[in-house]
Amino acid sequence: MSFFLRRAAFYLFTAWAAITINFFLPRMLKGDPITAYLARNQGKVSPEAIDSLRILFGLDNPKPIWQQYIEYWGSLLHGDLGVSLSKGLAPVTAVIADALPWTLGLVGVSTIISFVIGTGIGTFIGWRRGSRAEAIVPIATFLSTVPYFWLGLIVISVFSTTLRWFPASHAYSKGTVPNFSFEFIGDVIYHSALPAFTIVLTSLGGWVLGMRNMMVTVLDEDYVTVAQAKGLSPFRVMYGYAARNAVLPQLSSFALSLGFIVGGTLIMEMIFSYPGLGLRLFEATLAKDYPLMQGMFLVITLSVLVANILADVVYAIMDPRSRQEAAS
Amino acid sequence: MFDDELLTLDDFSVTYEVEPPVQAVRNVSLSLRRGEILGLAGESGCGKTTLAYGIQRLLKPPAVIASGSTVFHDESGVDIDINSLDAAALRAFRWDKASMVFQGAMNSLNPVLSIGDQLGDVFQAHRPGMSRRERIQETGDLLDLVKVGRNRLRSYPHELSGGMRQRVMIAMALALRPQLMIMDEPTTALDVLVQREILDEISQLRQQFGFSVIFITHDLPLLLEISDRIAVMLEGRIVELDTPEHIYRSPAHPYTKRLLESFPSLTGDRGAFIRDGEPAGARS
Amino acid sequence: MTTLELRNVSKKYRIRGSKEMLALDDVSFTLESGKTIALVGQSGSGKSTIAKIITQLETATSGSVLLDGVPIPRRGRALRAYRQQVRMVFQDPFASLNPYHTIRHHLERPLRLHKVVPAAEIDAEVLRLLERVRLAPDLVERRPHELSGGQRQRVAIARALASRPGLLVADEPVSMLDVSIRLGVLNLLAELQRESNLGVLYITHDLATARHFSDEIMVLNSGVVVERGAADDVILNPQHPYTKQLRDASPNPDVLFAKTKGASRA
Repeated sequence: MSFFLRRAAFYLFTAWAAITINFFLPRMLKGDPITAYLARNQGKVSPEAIDSLRILFGLDNPKPIWQQYIEYWGSLLHGDLGVSLSKGLAPVTAVIADALPWTLGLVGVSTIISFVIGTGIGTFIGWRRGSRAEAIVPIATFLSTVPYFWLGLIVISVFSTTLRWFPASHAYSKGTVPNFSFEFIGDVIYHSALPAFTIVLTSLGGWVLGMRNMMVTVLDEDYVTVAQAKGLSPFRVMYGYAARNAVLPQLSSFALSLGFIVGGTLIMEMIFSYPGLGLRLFEATLAKDYPLMQGMFLVITLSVLVANILADVVYAIMDPRSRQEAAS
Repeated sequence: MFDDELLTLDDFSVTYEVEPPVQAVRNVSLSLRRGEILGLAGESGCGKTTLAYGIQRLLKPPAVIASGSTVFHDESGVDIDINSLDAAALRAFRWDKASMVFQGAMNSLNPVLSIGDQLGDVFQAHRPGMSRRERIQETGDLLDLVKVGRNRLRSYPHELSGGMRQRVMIAMALALRPQLMIMDEPTTALDVLVQREILDEISQLRQQFGFSVIFITHDLPLLLEISDRIAVMLEGRIVELDTPEHIYRSPAHPYTKRLLESFPSLTGDRGAFIRDGEPAGARS
Repeated sequence: MTTLELRNVSKKYRIRGSKEMLALDDVSFTLESGKTIALVGQSGSGKSTIAKIITQLETATSGSVLLDGVPIPRRGRALRAYRQQVRMVFQDPFASLNPYHTIRHHLERPLRLHKVVPAAEIDAEVLRLLERVRLAPDLVERRPHELSGGQRQRVAIARALASRPGLLVADEPVSMLDVSIRLGVLNLLAELQRESNLGVLYITHDLATARHFSDEIMVLNSGVVVERGAADDVILNPQHPYTKQLRDASPNPDVLFAKTKGASRA
């Protein structure tokens, strides 16, 4: 129990630190661009918007710094991340909320699929080390080095342009209004086929190799020999003794990669014009839309934290040794 | 005569197929009697562990059984040629007829499974008819038998001391009441007091269940105490096979003598130690 | 004549925040030139902790350690002089030598560090050290993995002796070596001890070698010295119940076969 409490305390502290740094960063910008923007667009920005920007960014704020800090927290807890300068002054939270589900949905699901398939293949190859299954290793290595954009473009060229099996861009057909009908969901899945396929293919190699290498290491351990000596079925030995131990480092990697889902799929979104966070962040950077950028950084930081928490929890469940840090 | 024999090794050899090939076990012939404790003495590299693994066909590449036969004379009267068993028959044979207590219990237990699970999967594999409750009862009984206690069924290996882990290994080896237990340096990493306790327990269990033991260790004085016969191994061969008393009083092979001399007597004469300066033929 | 005295040394470890573990409880003894003292204990007895305190890998929580009557230095030149006088041989011959360096390098280091001989004589001194531990001179250019366990341990001993110390701490020096080699290495240590009049602290769990190799034995149980005395006395005539337990638990074929002496086997 104390293990979880300690971890929880650690994460709370990290979250607090991230948010605080987020507070101080823009106040260290010289000649900040928000003021410039507001000066240019005098009269077009509502007083509430100016207020919230002031809370978030400072902006010649006459109030003492600690009071600004408290207001900042207050505004965060109300879900107010300011207004987006490049998106017609829409609230940042709305812009993010618009894009987030697409990213999480597509990339999250693809990563999970890739992990499961890759780990499964890696387990099998590792188990049958020295056999013909090893031929997969160079293929996996190749896949893990393929640049995403190259594969993406090839996939589009083959499956979309030439074969016309799948659409090449966007999350759903133009003109449709997003809703929860089966038809719409089907449309979404149809549109996500190519980007998902590309993501799975490029990240598969890494999982296969990682799991295979761990399997080979674990298979040399004494407890695997004991399991075989006990006359257990090969499946039980492979799964319960070898894979259960070999997967532990994979889980850590998986959790880390989950953390990068939110911000790290820019290229995919550019190639497929997929309305995710990565693309939004890129656009915000180009437009010098600081409120939006800041809001997204915060979201990305917090999601990496959440991913780490998940990883810790899963690891603690899977590996009983980690629950006792200073074991006898 | 032959009714009495449990295991017959005939001209058994194991080679490591590397460049150049290494003969780890050379033409070992040996017969183990029912209920006997055979001590297998030797230093690292002599082939004793390879022999133990070879008997159960647990060798990993590049080690292969180069020649010879291993015949197990089951108490039912059937003779089992271990080398010719197919995969399924071998799995059934293992642990049921002959089991092994491995060296270094530190790493012999699966760190992510509870003790109960690791004891239980033996029953799942060999006695599929058992219900879950029966398994829990049986595994609990085993832990009580080796004095670890059934309350440890849900513990994990890292929560147990070295001595307890070794006892769990012994409990595991006993699970199916095998006729032969091969023990590879079971007490080497343990304190002399814990070692004595475990040896006593093994002796008790042997009297209770009547299994034979092949006890592998470099600790010759220990073997002198517990074995019915001792085989001394050097470079893959058995160089001497005799009763403890004969080996102690009149060792035939020079290596046996040398091994004996390496253990200074606790309460007797100094032997080959030259603490005060008198040379006594010590080697490096 | 060099003496190392431990006076009322205790060592507490903090585990998991609040709990404390007493590794050593009021241990006192004196190590002096020309004598070997055996420290006998099982795992968890605290014998490794004593070795760590003497070599200053740990500090005592209370009590004092004195070299020739002076509390042992913790810093600077005085510490270096201490390390020149008090040396250690470790248990694991595989781990205590750096696999990257030649034997020559291992032996030169202490010679240079403590300026034992002038630079011009270092090569000759290295060969001399090898000869003392009965190793062939052509081993100087080899690396540790090319040597056997016994040879490595001899190199470790040579390295310890390089600085011409007064005291040697040998922590289970032979327990990781093959059985038939142990004798040779222990005999070597005994011989070197005589030649250089070293004071040796022989730490072990093995009663038999403790008896034959040392003048005095101290029996350590859970951080407390439960018995001490002349080696033969402690083993042949133990007073403390723990010592008796240890002695009775150790395999002793001499006693076993003395009982059956004269009876012939059918």
